[in-house]
Amino acid sequence: MKEDYVNIAKRLPRIDGIVKATGEAKFAGDLSIHGMLHGKILRNPYPHARILNINTDKAKRLSGVRAVVTGKDTIGFKAGGISTVGDEPYLALDKVRFIGDAVAAVAAIDEETAEEALDLIEVQYEELPAVVDPVAAMNEDAPLIHDHAPRNISFKTDLSYGDVDRAFKECDYMREDRFVTAPIRHGFIEPHAALASWDHSGRLSFWGSKQSPYFTYRNMAKALNVPLSRIRVVQPYIGGGFGGKNEMFDVDFCAALLSQKTGRPVKIVVSQEEVFYAYRQRHPTIIDLKTGLRKDGTLMAIDAHIIADGGAYLSIGALSLYLMCAFFCIPYRLPNMRAKGYRVYTNTQPSCAMRGHGVPQSRFAAEVQLDIAAREMGLDPIDIRLKNALKPGETTPNGFKITSCGLEESITQSKRTIARWIEERPKGGDRKKKSGIGIGCYGYVSGPRMAGHNTAGAVIKVHEDGGISLFTGSTDVGQGSDTVLSQIAAEVLGVHLEDIRYGMVDSDITPLDPGTFGSRVTFITGNAARIAAEDVRNQLAEVAADALETNPKDIVFKDRKVYAARSPDRSMSFSKLVKIAQYSGAGKTIIGRGYWAPEGLEVPNFETGRGNMSAAYSFGTQVAEVEVDTETGSIEVKRMAMLHDCGQPINEMLMEGQLEGSAIGGVGHTLTEEIIRKEGQTMNASFLEYRMPTTLDSCKMEIYHTETRDDVGPFGAKESGEGIQVAVVPAIVNAIYDAIGVAFKRIPVTPDLVLSALKGKGQGEV
Amino acid sequence: MKKQIKLKVNDVEYDVLIEPHWTLLHVLRDEIGLIGTKKGCDRGECGACTVIMNGEAILSCLVLAIQCQGKHILTIEGLVQDGKLDPLQDAFVKYGAIQCGFCTPGMIMASRALLQKNPHPSEEEIKRGLSGNLCRCTGYTKIIAAVQKASTTESQR
Repeated sequence: MKEDYVNIAKRLPRIDGIVKATGEAKFAGDLSIHGMLHGKILRNPYPHARILNINTDKAKRLSGVRAVVTGKDTIGFKAGGISTVGDEPYLALDKVRFIGDAVAAVAAIDEETAEEALDLIEVQYEELPAVVDPVAAMNEDAPLIHDHAPRNISFKTDLSYGDVDRAFKECDYMREDRFVTAPIRHGFIEPHAALASWDHSGRLSFWGSKQSPYFTYRNMAKALNVPLSRIRVVQPYIGGGFGGKNEMFDVDFCAALLSQKTGRPVKIVVSQEEVFYAYRQRHPTIIDLKTGLRKDGTLMAIDAHIIADGGAYLSIGALSLYLMCAFFCIPYRLPNMRAKGYRVYTNTQPSCAMRGHGVPQSRFAAEVQLDIAAREMGLDPIDIRLKNALKPGETTPNGFKITSCGLEESITQSKRTIARWIEERPKGGDRKKKSGIGIGCYGYVSGPRMAGHNTAGAVIKVHEDGGISLFTGSTDVGQGSDTVLSQIAAEVLGVHLEDIRYGMVDSDITPLDPGTFGSRVTFITGNAARIAAEDVRNQLAEVAADALETNPKDIVFKDRKVYAARSPDRSMSFSKLVKIAQYSGAGKTIIGRGYWAPEGLEVPNFETGRGNMSAAYSFGTQVAEVEVDTETGSIEVKRMAMLHDCGQPINEMLMEGQLEGSAIGGVGHTLTEEIIRKEGQTMNASFLEYRMPTTLDSCKMEIYHTETRDDVGPFGAKESGEGIQVAVVPAIVNAIYDAIGVAFKRIPVTPDLVLSALKGKGQGEV
Repeated sequence: MKKQIKLKVNDVEYDVLIEPHWTLLHVLRDEIGLIGTKKGCDRGECGACTVIMNGEAILSCLVLAIQCQGKHILTIEGLVQDGKLDPLQDAFVKYGAIQCGFCTPGMIMASRALLQKNPHPSEEEIKRGLSGNLCRCTGYTKIIAAVQKASTTESQR
């Protein structure tokens, strides 16, 4: 049933489109304050070493240098992602644990002087034995990276539901495989950047490229040892995040500390090379997976053992590991599941959240193994998915409550898509090139419940021309949430999208917010925006009811007009109503407030895990068609289809953009992207050598959304665009399997892998 | 030793005092204050700093400012004419070709140079023309479509 919306379910251009198209939108690196200094960070060149001494005298004496700081100038605060135990200082204290750890920072009159000063800092290191392989790191005699973590295990999880051992005994078919995924990077084009300005009243103002600014707000206060009230975090436009800009980093801290030391604003923009080797990555994994089925294709049990390379620090890795394991329970009915996961410290770049957060790795394993099983059992890979697909009203064994769910419809639709594609295939053609089609399915959260603050807030101020200012604590890192939240407020208030002025995060003004992660903004902040708008509407309805001599409940707000439901012809304009409210009698200040978080969710214990962590789950099926050149081993993704359930899309055009970007990102993950390291040293720290998809890798994409509507999401909406990346990798790998009969268990699937697989073909897999 | 040079950017002549090793990107952003041109990698790999020099799309991080004397430089700020967006800017906004917006100025300048040389590019030609400009958000589909739309709008003008 389609409602008669003005702003919802419309293909509206994003509200920040024009300023981004003209280059007027300012990102952190574009900002400057009069008198500002420029900062640079000195990074450690060893995988593992003890710092014996740092001499900054020469650097400090260089003309133009205003301050040099090291770990000794800090209180020694250690960040720990969402864990209470920190392990990561913003400036190294006693040890360095990966090539890229920050050991000192300089503020100077310009970048060149700061750079020159870095060369004058003398650091004495004592090299320590390093371990860069996660399996080796778990040996009893491996070098210890953190004293508190025996066998370098930074986190472990042990989930068990049903009776896996008994279920395997009842299975007609079982198989075990090892899957391996490479480390990849987030790939945002805007490097990390921060501008900090400390003043002698003890206030710190901070502008940075932070997708979850309130993490920085809290950690900045802790790391500088100042009250939270002394910290103001302001959000400029953000040049992409994908999970890699959630946390506060050394760049943010060093800008602030240097500003404190110098009494001058300090800006640090890190180089893209630093982003490559010194910041975050997606967890590389080794996944041993065993799946058991009945001969009719009924999924009986999964037993998984995961080793995730966490790199040098914990970051948000506890959640990453939990999601990796827990999401075996979705999107198929799985009565028995066991997953043991180890997140291991190594002397490499730290791993963190990245689009799909942990789930792309485990779903790749599960979906590819399912295709191998289907083929060996003589079953159709689509039918096997349809048979096991979760349905509305089911509860997974770990307690995920499935409410709205369009998975079945998306799988059924994929059959039609595939049939059409096969029909459209050109006849004949190059026999050296083999075509194949594969699918993968996913389920994803709409804002995971985590310990601590989980509520989103929204504030709406009404202007006398009928304009609306909407403030929330959520950021738009490109996904379009500023626009979507504005559409929601506009719809409730019966005004148009262009009437909304969206205020980006300023921690002095905007409501506290957990951040932009786990696909929570549209779903959770969207509800807060809806409630704030309803609050405004209720306040104005009182005034309108007086003016129109009717009951406030009868007042309708539509198309910038306000009227009583029974007499739409006797209307007044929305702006006139605002003026009446503000000017009449004592006058009213119309400010709306809304806050929202899903009720009844359980905070999962990441070690043992049970409980419903999201108020809605999105679902979908990804279809991919590939062409494999059997002579060169190269693989071309010819086209993809995203058949998904995101509830009611608020803005179809932005939603499509999310899906398309996510899918092409997945192509990179599957075929070309891999951070290559030699003894902890990143060997391809540039866009040239780390191959992200370009226009030449883009392909035709089709989008279909199921007829679903979520009862809890704002206007029926759920997650969109993050979950799909989970299914892209297996869809492509399964398409390659279909094309050449080889099921790859390692990504990226490079031409080399393809060629050597084709040579040694026979076993049907690699 | 700093040198005084003249730079013609968006039809305005600027007298700037520069170090000979400064890139055009640095001078545009930090000396002239035209920050619409973005610094993504500063080594010619991402395309975010693309500007047009004498009709050619160039990476301003790979060109020294001192080499740009006597040339016409067009940046993203120079595209708006008489308060009206360039058809490409308009199409990028209208057809959803923008997400985070960081690659957008470079992407639009590369597209502008392409359309000037080839007013009706095929999809393949657009892909080739923009293959040096990275975007992580969009998957390029809507960017390619926006360039196609702009090319038809322009021919109708």
